[in-house]
Amino acid sequence: MIPSPVYLDAATAAPLHPVARQALLAALDDGWADPDRLYASARRARQLLDAAREAAADTLGVRPDELSFTANGTTAAHSAVLGGLAGRRRAGTVLVHSAIEHSAVLHAAERHVAGGGAASEVPVDRLGRLDLDAWSRAVAGPGVALAALIAASHEVGTVQPVEAAAAACADAGVPLYVDAAQTVARMPVPAGWSVLTASARKWGGPPGVGLLVVRKGTRWESPWPADEREAGRVPGTVNLPAVVAAAASLRAAAADAAAEAARLAPLVDRIRARVAAEVPDVEVVGDPERRLPHLVTFSCLYVDGEALLHALDRRGFAVSSGSSCTSSTLRPSHVLEAMGVLSHGNVRVSLHRGTTEADVERFLAELPGIIADLRAQAGVVGL
Amino acid sequence: MTAPEGPVAGEPDEVLDCLGQRCPLPVIALARRLPELPVGAVLRVLADDPAAAVDIPAWCRMRGHDFLGTTGPAHHIRRAR
Repeated sequence: MIPSPVYLDAATAAPLHPVARQALLAALDDGWADPDRLYASARRARQLLDAAREAAADTLGVRPDELSFTANGTTAAHSAVLGGLAGRRRAGTVLVHSAIEHSAVLHAAERHVAGGGAASEVPVDRLGRLDLDAWSRAVAGPGVALAALIAASHEVGTVQPVEAAAAACADAGVPLYVDAAQTVARMPVPAGWSVLTASARKWGGPPGVGLLVVRKGTRWESPWPADEREAGRVPGTVNLPAVVAAAASLRAAAADAAAEAARLAPLVDRIRARVAAEVPDVEVVGDPERRLPHLVTFSCLYVDGEALLHALDRRGFAVSSGSSCTSSTLRPSHVLEAMGVLSHGNVRVSLHRGTTEADVERFLAELPGIIADLRAQAGVVGL
Repeated sequence: MTAPEGPVAGEPDEVLDCLGQRCPLPVIALARRLPELPVGAVLRVLADDPAAAVDIPAWCRMRGHDFLGTTGPAHHIRRAR
């Protein structure tokens, strides 16, 4: 019998929120025209786009003219980093970032360095918490144009001290970019940042919509060829039906965020406790207290990460991994590496509004046996 | 958190060649061999899989052995107990 599927990879993409589905279907009929043209169907599209922007801005507590829709979260992150650096090139060329940023931010940093810029990486401790003293020294250094900090780790769930990091940036006169992909619509938006990005598929919006917010007064300059759309920040036409769905589901998910966090955080606590107690030689990683409500990561000694994902998939469980054998580059997760925790046999479980207690119980009931079988097959029992 | 880097004083008591092996194989080889050596012995594990540089120090921490440092693909571990 094929087991019923249990999807536990919301940190990659949450299942489509019912509000998103409803808005998407309506907007497919009503929002196909170009919002910038001067005829009736275009004006209707413009109304939909304006309403989506106002709803998203209102949910995040920003002004509508500060918020642009992008083609996805990755291009939003690229725009935030490269645009923040371009706008401050007279102040310097140094990008300060934590060691646990998303790869989209790190790849933008690599591009900046390849073009003659510089990057300064700030370490984290074993729980994945930013070294605030090192951060404060780094942002106060000479020639810093921009600082980038992830609001909460997408790999291990540790929530970062964004407001304290922002205060250090403010003292140094350096704008802060916050990658809020995992916290928007799950936790309150922190204060003190100049640029913020998010990704709709993380909150149950459709794939292919990102948010780029640039606070008024921030020196930000588009790194892309000129285009008048989205206040000149994002080239090309937006996918309007998807944007409408993203904004509607953002409002719905944010309205439920506190209740969902109160429901999911104890399930994550249960996973953390039961995995540590019932699976031998496992390291549950990330901060147990200051963490995302929906995400937990652990590493199983002597277990091949790819084999573990396949074994879980055969039992119907969809999870992701930071182990090197599961990445195209065959390198371990830079986040696990920066924390100094075990990288092989790694599993990230992330819950969503459709996750039930029964789903979690079935996962917890089956996991110890799956890992024991893999260890028996590899001949590593008792090592 | 980066691993201590640099040469280890003196030669190791034994060398375990795991070059070309992908993780978790070098860690498994280490876990098989180290308990067979006397307490205080130093084992050099040659492993060029990038994950080994993360996972060998982590294994030492989990098992209570001394991770002495890494030079290139050479990782040095002392049996502590």
